[in-house]
Order: sequence, then C-alpha cells, then structure tokens
Amino acid sequence: MTKSIVICGVGGQGILVASDILSLAAMYSGFDAKKSEVHGMSQRGGDVISTVRYGEKVYSPLIGEGMADIILGFEKLEVLRNLSLLKPDGKVIVTDTRLDPLPVACGLDEYPDDVIGWIKKNVSDVHVVDAVKVAVELGNIRVTNVVMLGALSGHIPEIKKEAWEQAIRERVPQKYVDLNLTAFERGCNIS
Amino acid sequence: MKALLSGNEAVARGAWEGGVHVGCAYPGTPSTEIMEALSQYPEVYTEWSVNEKVSLEVASGASFAGARAMVAMKHVGLNVAADPLFSLSYIGATGGLVIVTCDDPGMHSSQNEQDNRHYARSAKVPLLEPSDSQEAKEFTRLAFEISEEFDTPVMVRLTTRISHSKSIVELGERKEVPVKEYVKDVKKRVILPAHARERHRFVEERMERLRKYAEEFPYNRIEEGDPELGIIADSVAYMYAKEVFPEASFLKLSMVWPFPRELVRRFASKVKKIIVVEENDPFIEEQVRLLGIEVTGKDKIPLVGELNPTRVAVCLGVKKEEELPKPELPHIPKRPPALCPGCPHTGVFNVIRKLKLIATGDIGCYTLGTLPPLNAMDTCVEMGASIGNAFGMQLVMKDDKLRKKVVAVIGDSTFFHSGITGLINLYYNRGITTVIILDNRTTAMTGHQDHPGTGKTAKGEKGREVDLVKLIKGIGIEHVYVVNPYDLKELTEVIKREIEREEPSVIIPRAPCVLLRRGEKFTPMRVIEDKCTGCRVCLKVGCPAISMRGDKARIDPFLCTGCTLCQQTCPFGAIEFVEEK
Repeated sequence: MTKSIVICGVGGQGILVASDILSLAAMYSGFDAKKSEVHGMSQRGGDVISTVRYGEKVYSPLIGEGMADIILGFEKLEVLRNLSLLKPDGKVIVTDTRLDPLPVACGLDEYPDDVIGWIKKNVSDVHVVDAVKVAVELGNIRVTNVVMLGALSGHIPEIKKEAWEQAIRERVPQKYVDLNLTAFERGCNIS
Repeated sequence: MKALLSGNEAVARGAWEGGVHVGCAYPGTPSTEIMEALSQYPEVYTEWSVNEKVSLEVASGASFAGARAMVAMKHVGLNVAADPLFSLSYIGATGGLVIVTCDDPGMHSSQNEQDNRHYARSAKVPLLEPSDSQEAKEFTRLAFEISEEFDTPVMVRLTTRISHSKSIVELGERKEVPVKEYVKDVKKRVILPAHARERHRFVEERMERLRKYAEEFPYNRIEEGDPELGIIADSVAYMYAKEVFPEASFLKLSMVWPFPRELVRRFASKVKKIIVVEENDPFIEEQVRLLGIEVTGKDKIPLVGELNPTRVAVCLGVKKEEELPKPELPHIPKRPPALCPGCPHTGVFNVIRKLKLIATGDIGCYTLGTLPPLNAMDTCVEMGASIGNAFGMQLVMKDDKLRKKVVAVIGDSTFFHSGITGLINLYYNRGITTVIILDNRTTAMTGHQDHPGTGKTAKGEKGREVDLVKLIKGIGIEHVYVVNPYDLKELTEVIKREIEREEPSVIIPRAPCVLLRRGEKFTPMRVIEDKCTGCRVCLKVGCPAISMRGDKARIDPFLCTGCTLCQQTCPFGAIEFVEEK
C-alpha cells in the first residue's frame, strides 16, 4: 500500500529539505520512494508544495485530488489551499503559523479568520503542533521543519527511528546535525 | 549502491558514467541542476555558456574533435539552439553528442508549454524519454552510444516532473572513453549545399536504421495485461497511467522518435481498445492514427496544463468529478512570488512606476516587477527581447512625449545571453532608447549561477570577467552610468535625464542579489508609531517585510535588510534604523 504525504508552506521554510529527509528515511526503511517538488520562480516567497510517496512499488511521484494520506503544513493557509489533495479519511498535522502573502501585506487582499477552524470543519483528524515555539527554544527557528518531521514520525511508525536519524545525518550540514537530531526528538514528543 | 536522485542529478550521473568529457549549459528551470551536478565531477569540463546556442556550438566542437559532449537546457532554450541543432543533424556526431531538453508542462517557471518532441521529428534526430530517475541515468548513458553508433546527435527529453522528482537509482561506475583522434572531413562538417545534399540522403537512411533500432529498443516494452484495454504512454504520463490502470496492457514508449510503428501495430493487434496517455501535444496519438489505428487520446485528455493520476482518472472516466473531495473553504488569497526584501531591483521599479514609464521587460526575477503593487512592466516575451521591443515601439510612436517614456529593462545575465545583439542593433539603426541593465552580479532566478560579468566559471574557478561598461562603450554608446539601486533620488535623476536624450544610453543599477548576502548581519528598520499616519505609501514599495498592523505600518525585523527604500519613500519621516544594542 503506497502512502502519500504532502508537505506544504512558503518558500524559505525548509520544505524541500524536509521532504528529502522523509523520502531518504523511507528508502532506508526498505521502501520504494519517490518525491516531487518544483523549483524556480515559486521559491521567491511563493507557496511551495512537495509530495513524498513510499511503499512496495511507487509509480507516480505526484498526486492529485483526494490522494494524500497526510498533509504536513508549515503554514496554515497553505493547508487550506491544498486541502482538496487529502483523502476523505486523511490527517492534517499543522503548525499554527501565519505568514501574510504580499497581496495581504499590501492591503489588497485579506487573510481569512480562524484558519485552523476551517481545517477542522473539513477534516476530523487534525493535530495542531507548536513547532515554531520548540525551534525558538532550541535557539534556531530554521529547525522548525525537522521539529515538524518529529511530530509526523509518530503517525508513520513504518519509518524506523534509525532511518530518520540516518536521513537527517545525510541531509543537513555537518555542524547542524546534533541540533537537528535534538529538534527531531523534541518533535517526536510534541505529538 | 543506491541513491535517491532527482532526474536532473541522474542525467548528470548517467553522462559521467558514460564517459562524458564536456558539458555546457545556460541555466533555465527546470534544467539547471543538470550542469550544477555535472560540475561536481572532476573528470568533466563544464561551463555556463552565454546562451544555449553557444552551448551547443561548444559541445559540437568537442564532438568534432572526438570527445563525448552534452548540453542541457530548458525547452525554450532549444529555440535558441535550434539553428545549430538542425545543421548538426546533417553533420552528425564523431564523439557522442547529447542534447537534454527539459519541458515544462504546467508552466511552473516558463512562458509556454511547447512540446520539444516536435524538434526531434523536424530536426530528424532520435529522442529518448525517461519516466523516472533510474531511466534518466540509463538513457543518458545509452544516448552517447546511440549517437556514436548512428552518427547523430541524440535528444533526451525530461519534463519538470522528471527533472525535479527524486527516485531511487542504482549507481554505476564511470567508463572512461578515450577522445578519438581528430580527422578532417569537410564533406561531413562543412555543410555547403553540395555536401548537405549528400548528408540529407544519409540522414533519411540513418532515421530508417534508427527506426529499426527503436522497434527492438528494450525500454520500448509491451507489458501484457488485460487485453480489453491497451495503454500507450511515455515520460511521467506512463507513471500516472500505471496508477490508474494497474490491470491494463501497456506499451511503454521510451524512444518515441523515430516512431516504432511495427511495435505499435503488434501491440494494437493484442488489445481491443487503445488509449494514448501523454502530456502536451498529441505527438504519439497522431503517429498511431497515421497507422490507421483508432485511439482515444486528446479528445479526453487536456492539451493545456500538467497531468496527475487524479486528472488521468477523471478524464478517462475511472473517477467522476463529483467524487473528488470538495472542501468547504473561505476565500483564499493568492501567494504569488515576489521580489525579496532588500532586492536591488525594487527601487528601480518604484521609480519606473512613479515616472509612469513604459517598460519593455525581460526574463528573470525582475519579471516580478510586473505584479502589484509595482505594476512597472509592460511586456515580457523571451530572453533578450526587451531592447528590440523598446526600439520597435519607439520607431512608430509619433508623440514625442510618449516615445520618450519607453525604456528597456533587462538583467545582467540576460543581457549577456541575448540582449547585446539588440543593443548593437539599436545603436546601428539610430535608436534613442534608454536601456536599464539590472546588474545583480548573478543569474538569480535559477539559483545563482555565474556568468561572464562575474568572471567565475561553472566549476567555481576564476575565469575572465567581462567589463559591462567597457563592452557597451565599445559598441559606441557614450552615455553609460553605473548607479546605486538603493538611492531613489539618484535613480530618479539619472533616469529622468537619460530618457530625454536624443541618443541611446545605458543605466546600470548595480548591487549584488540580496540572497548572495546571506550570512551578513543587517540592521533592520522600524516604524516610529507616533509619526506613522497609516497612509500606506510604504506598502507600495513592494517589500514583503512591510505590512499593516491595525492602522500603523510594521516592518518585520527578521525579513528587513535595512535597504532604506521605505524610509526614502515615507512622507512623514516615520521610519528609522533599529538602534543597535
């Protein structure tokens, strides 16, 4: 059975590193794994989405509407934007972070109220985690992405602990490995 | 050994394993990482060429001299390189010559959805299409062998979803291939009409031999399944179709040109009904129809946009549109990309908007100057177009006031790519255009690649730096001014003065891309609440660090780089530097 996980947020939040770590961890757990992402123009403060799929044998790296088992959201509005990708019995793990798109910041558009409420209205299995707080406590807001992976890990026990660790060691710069391993550990305990 | 590689990384790995000697590219999403990855291998010479045409010329030169060479470019890059491509089809290859094109269905980072499979057909060269990273590696390696065996350039076509998706690849080792001795052969390499007539005959024979090769090509394979339904698919569309129709019979096409018509006939005889699943144009579908075989294809599957498994399922009636999740949602504001806080382009667009200029634009981060609140660009066509476009507009504008409002805006890398020819044309033909070259010392949009103006090579080594001012003065243009893009007063004065001139001039606002200054410690700015009247003028600067909090403006201290554009704009002196602790 192939599992599909969507990671979404805003350019600069470390989404592509997070989806790299997840797909490497899936590979090290013995699964076939594929991920898709888009580079280029969208990275200039635009919305970013990456899909990771793993299982016995994976064909498509990309998913469409109604195919995601889990949405891991680094920004809550982006979860709403991608909600149609979720299966009817899918799960959302989201950090309560608000980042205003430029049209909102300029006063040309409005950020909706109660975004988490809107997510809960559509999805019964929602986990709100304060990953930013944990990252700030650890002294580096940039590890929010790995805290989020820690929070995700409890929901996908088929990805083994050692595989996560190996993937983090491989994908983050040497001098930040320990910090990221701690961030992952703290994320595991959030959920 | 196994590794998780993107399609682009896998192409580079395949070229390396295949003994490539030379790699050339101009950056372009989604192709850029191919040459970045290939540059990591010490055995291979790689370069950022000034444009795709030059890339292919350098690579084909290496091939003439007996080496294996590869070029990589985005789909529209092949338009620039099309001239050498068509000649090289006749000339053929001595050392293996491989052309990688990365198409962009869905236009994630492009101006069109052109389908470069058509190039293989019209230039008469073989085309390989991988559908995952393992195949991207294998096919690139094989492409060199096909090139040498059949005396032809070989095209490898990826799409965004192949280039930027990662999947598991079994790594191999490099096979060293010696550079062949150079042998002069003018009948092959000087395509005078007399020679070309001979070579064209050769090309047609070659394509027939290649067609037979395609019929037997092991990656063009029939996967027997339910005989009621046969699916023909290529590239990533094959993967989508496999998700949707796990039981069907498949003909997976990996070498789609020359078209393996006997294989298709054989497949058609085994199944009751055929569906062709492909992105972009009905390339395979039309070939199948030419064989007199009935198919379902683009009558159901859209020509526009990118596919995914759900889209394929809905188009082909496996799923109903009504069955898809329809979450109940509030209005969701768009999140378009924007110029970064501290971007050196922002000030220039503020001045262009304020002076109500007509700006012909070009391709790069600065194309974002089109979007609100900047609204400062009138046209954007293709790489290098801005200068010719501005000149052409001015040619026919009768009203002198209007005519003098036209400026061309182009980036430094784009200027070297193909802006310089437009500038020479403008000078020669007595134009008066003011050209603004936004010099941020890099090719920013594609992720910061070097170019002639930076003087650093693709390998990160010291090359020779082209002096932009000397180059332009060398054309004969007298009025060339380097200005500080963060000084709105200076920018305004210089632009106002130059657009009035009855001669061409070039203004170069020069400062490094703010993303190259990561790691620098910036002193951010703040809003003095007592002085802020909430007039929102600072919001028009177009800086993502500024927003309204209640009826006062606020500057995000984590995003602000202290560039002072907002301070220079605020009519009430309500913005100052945060005091250093």
